[in-house]
Amino acid sequence: MKPAAFTYHRAGSVRRAVELLSELGEDAKVIAGGQSLVAMMNYRLARPEHLVDIAHVKGLAGIRRVGGALHIGALTTHHAVEVADLTPDFAVLSRTMRWVGHLPIRTRGTIGGSLAHADGTAEWCILAVLLDARIVVEGPGGTRRIAASDLFLGPFTSALEPDELIVEVVFPRRAPRAALTEYAERRGDFAIVAAAVDLDGCPEAPDIPLVVLGGVAPTPLPVRLGPDFTGTTGPGRFGEFATAVADQVQIRDDTGVSAHYRRGLVRTLVERACEEAAQA
Amino acid sequence: MPDIQLIELNVNGESHDLAIPPRRTLADVLRHDLGLTGTHVGCEHGICGACTVLIDGAPARACLTFAVQVEGAEIRTVESLAGPDGAMNDLQQAFTDHHGLQCGFCTPGFLMLAEGYLAEEPEPTREEIREVVASNICRCTGYHTIVDAIEHCARKRRADCASG
Ligand SMILES: Cc1cc2nc3c(=O)[nH]c(=O)nc-3n(C[C@H](O)[C@H](O)[C@H](O)COP(=O)(O)OP(=O)(O)OC[C@H]3O[C@@H](n4cnc5c(N)ncnc54)[C@H](O)[C@@H]3O)c2cc1C
Repeated sequence: MKPAAFTYHRAGSVRRAVELLSELGEDAKVIAGGQSLVAMMNYRLARPEHLVDIAHVKGLAGIRRVGGALHIGALTTHHAVEVADLTPDFAVLSRTMRWVGHLPIRTRGTIGGSLAHADGTAEWCILAVLLDARIVVEGPGGTRRIAASDLFLGPFTSALEPDELIVEVVFPRRAPRAALTEYAERRGDFAIVAAAVDLDGCPEAPDIPLVVLGGVAPTPLPVRLGPDFTGTTGPGRFGEFATAVADQVQIRDDTGVSAHYRRGLVRTLVERACEEAAQA
Repeated sequence: MPDIQLIELNVNGESHDLAIPPRRTLADVLRHDLGLTGTHVGCEHGICGACTVLIDGAPARACLTFAVQVEGAEIRTVESLAGPDGAMNDLQQAFTDHHGLQCGFCTPGFLMLAEGYLAEEPEPTREEIREVVASNICRCTGYHTIVDAIEHCARKRRADCASG
């Protein structure tokens, strides 16, 4: 289908974009890569009266290492991350990008757009929670930083105000032993279940992998097992750990996919992600 | 009154001045305003890939891009592949030689996908080609012949390159 009519505004700077969003109010939407928004507009699930295009704002795309942290500009495409050399500390980000749609989607879609879109199974949303990312946001009142764990409020609902812009995403903690894997019915689809692990993700319990699941709750779901699991993980024992994770999460039946099936996927994918992370 | 936007669009090396409503997708501008009907429109939500074109060299969905967004970018469509005399380029020839099409509706999208991909990755494995090709839908061939065509084209380009 064709999208409904709208007025187009091209912002030349972050400040101008925020000004436009404030002036135009709730009828305006930011457009970055358009890979979620235009699809929704073509379906007429979204009918914004104004689009504020930020793609021409300078300085919003790019990847920087700052000390031990990694800073990714909001307009950085999935494909730019896929081909960047982020080894070893953040290689998990590049490796995960092959799960995001397909190449022609990844060449346009952006990290900022993915996080703002807040799909609970989107790889960027899961990675942001796993790696404790900070989302740097500009609004009329200035800059604020939102922890990834506070960003997602529900399906397709984030803590962003309509006149706020994501400008950068900061990954503060290195994660050389992390991985994300998933299952979808067709290659490139959003996952039925996605499992991400960071084997070093729980500083308070160094032996226990941090797990974040997509597809089992409306937002990415972190799972931490108690200290009785200390020392029980490690190659050869990931199956046991994965079973414990699958037993612990609450999963409801929904259309098409039973809780039983989804729980089976959680078990398989958590084990697989642990193995990949150990070999990373 | 509907909004009209004036833009300058660079397509296949030629610049075009256009007055278009902002809601017009790149796919529709190529077809309706520029008469470049080689770019096909299938699903209009990014799934089928028939509308794949190159934006600054990278394969992208023309149905998920408004033309106003890509002012200043270099757009390439399937019409840019053949030579001025209409002779097919090596990629198109490979699709013909390997029966990489039957009805041909999806072919422009696959060609532009492969054109952009091979420019970035001239030495892909068969498995990598399969993964990239999964982004577009073909209901005739079963994909094997498309993978064959892309693989052979890449191999031939490498051989031609090596023999100078
Ligand atoms: C066929 C297909 C398959 C896909 N498969 C996957 C998949 O498997 N996994 C996955 O994660 N994604 C998938 N996607 C979605 C894709 O990753 C999008 O690129 C991404 O969700 C949105 O990024 P964008 O830059 O295109 O944002 P846009 O579509 O431009 O915008 C999306 C939303 O974010 C807002 N927004 C954008 N940028 C900002 C910003 N900087 N600050 C504030 N708000 C902003 C917009 O207002 C809009 O509400 C798929 C898309 C398609 C078409």
